[in-house]
Formats: sequence, structure tokens, C-alpha cells
Amino acid sequence: MTIPVAPEMEIVATAQAAALGEYIAMSRDKIDEVRLALVEACINAFEHADCRDEQLHLTFRLGQEPKGREWLEVEVMDKGRGFDQARVEEPSMEKTFSSHRKRGWGLQIIKSLMDDVDITSGEWGTRIRMRKYK
Amino acid sequence: MGNADPNEEIQVSETCKVSSERRGDVAILWTDGYINNQGGEEIAREAYAHLDRGVRALVLNLEKTRIVNSIGISILIEVLEKVMDKKGALAFCGLTPTIDKTFRIMGLAQYAEIYPTQEDAVRSVSQPA
Repeated sequence: MTIPVAPEMEIVATAQAAALGEYIAMSRDKIDEVRLALVEACINAFEHADCRDEQLHLTFRLGQEPKGREWLEVEVMDKGRGFDQARVEEPSMEKTFSSHRKRGWGLQIIKSLMDDVDITSGEWGTRIRMRKYK
Repeated sequence: MGNADPNEEIQVSETCKVSSERRGDVAILWTDGYINNQGGEEIAREAYAHLDRGVRALVLNLEKTRIVNSIGISILIEVLEKVMDKKGALAFCGLTPTIDKTFRIMGLAQYAEIYPTQEDAVRSVSQPA
């Protein structure tokens, strides 16, 4: 699935994740966690990536562990300028209150809501792969 | 946690609607839909209008909202700051488990109380007569 870098496109993407979550009978609350993590990955790219093709490339996967645990995986890929993860400052509410800019929580929210998160980034762009177990 | 209700449609377009009501020195704000920058700004407009008219405390009832993104949360934090500047109080209620979890991840719960019901939230921010 490819979505344009445009307002509210992130919510369009969440409909696909929700449909797949429902297909494997994932709980509504877990689906909401996937939806929010996906929203955050999309708006991070919209705001910071400066995508060369003005698009985000999304891949949705369903799978099962050998012992039977089913999962839903979402991958968000942009062809933007990439970023250095080591330079991303850990957010805190204290810093948020003292700062004029109240942002910077996206990656923290993604990592907290999803069970497994892998981020790779370079001059080619950024790929965020997020997995949630049923 | 229950399984997804197949009859409950997930809306693709979820423009947030905000309504409010004043009860003494407390204003209750109800949201309906996705809270992003526009939804957050709508909440802020409504909240600031009440604060400018002398409301001391706000209760945000999010029971009809399933997603608040980080931009929306950043605007809610600005509202919270304004309330704290005025020595008032802000409480949330009706949060989905995901929104509750997100607010706690961020530490927002240290500055604004979270209650399961609107009645509890209103009672907590109301000053005794």
C-alpha cells in the first residue's frame, strides 16, 4: 500500500491494519495500539523525512510463531533523508513542559505500544518495522 | 480486553467534534473522533474560551475518541499548562486502554488525574462549596 504525504492519510492506513487485526481476531485494544503506532510512524515521516517521492510505502504482514502465536506486522518505509537514531533525545514530561516545542514522543510511543520494533535508516530513507502479537 | 467487534466500523475519516458544558466553575468537554492537530486545536479553543470566562477546572471526556496522536497530545499538554498557570485542575475520563497507556507512558498522568467515569472526574476537580 502506498499513501501520499498528505493530511490525515495516516488514518486511511490504519483501516488496513484494523482489518487485518480483525481477521486474526486480535482484541480491539491491541488493534488500537497498532493503529496508534502506525499513525505515529506515518506522521514522523510526514514531518521529518522530506520524502523524495512524496509517498510512504506500507507493508502489512500476518504470521505465526512455531508455537502458534499469531502476529500482525506493519512496515513503514519512506525515501526521505533518514536520521541518526543515536541523536534522538529521550523525551520526558519535564523536558516537554519546559520546552516551547512539545513534540518528540512518536518513537517512544511506537516502542511502548508494539511488541517488537526495528528501525533502520540511512541516506536511502527510513524503514520502521513494528510487530504486535495477538 | 474483548475481541474486535466486527459490527463496529472503523471510520476512515474521523474529524474530531468537540462539545462542552459549564457546571459551576468546572467545564466538561466531550470529544468525538480522532484527535490530531485539528482536533487538538478545537479542544484548545473550547478550553481557552471557558478559562477566559472564569472556569477553574476542566474535565476532558474522551469516551468517543479511540486515537489521540502525539500532535494532539502536545496540544492537550499546552492546555494543561494553561490550566496549571491559572492554579486550576484538569482531569481526563473515558479513556480507552490505549489512550490511558499512552498518557501514562508519557507521564501525563503525573500532572492530570485520570478517572474511569465523568462523575469521578468532576467530583475530583470540584471545590467544596
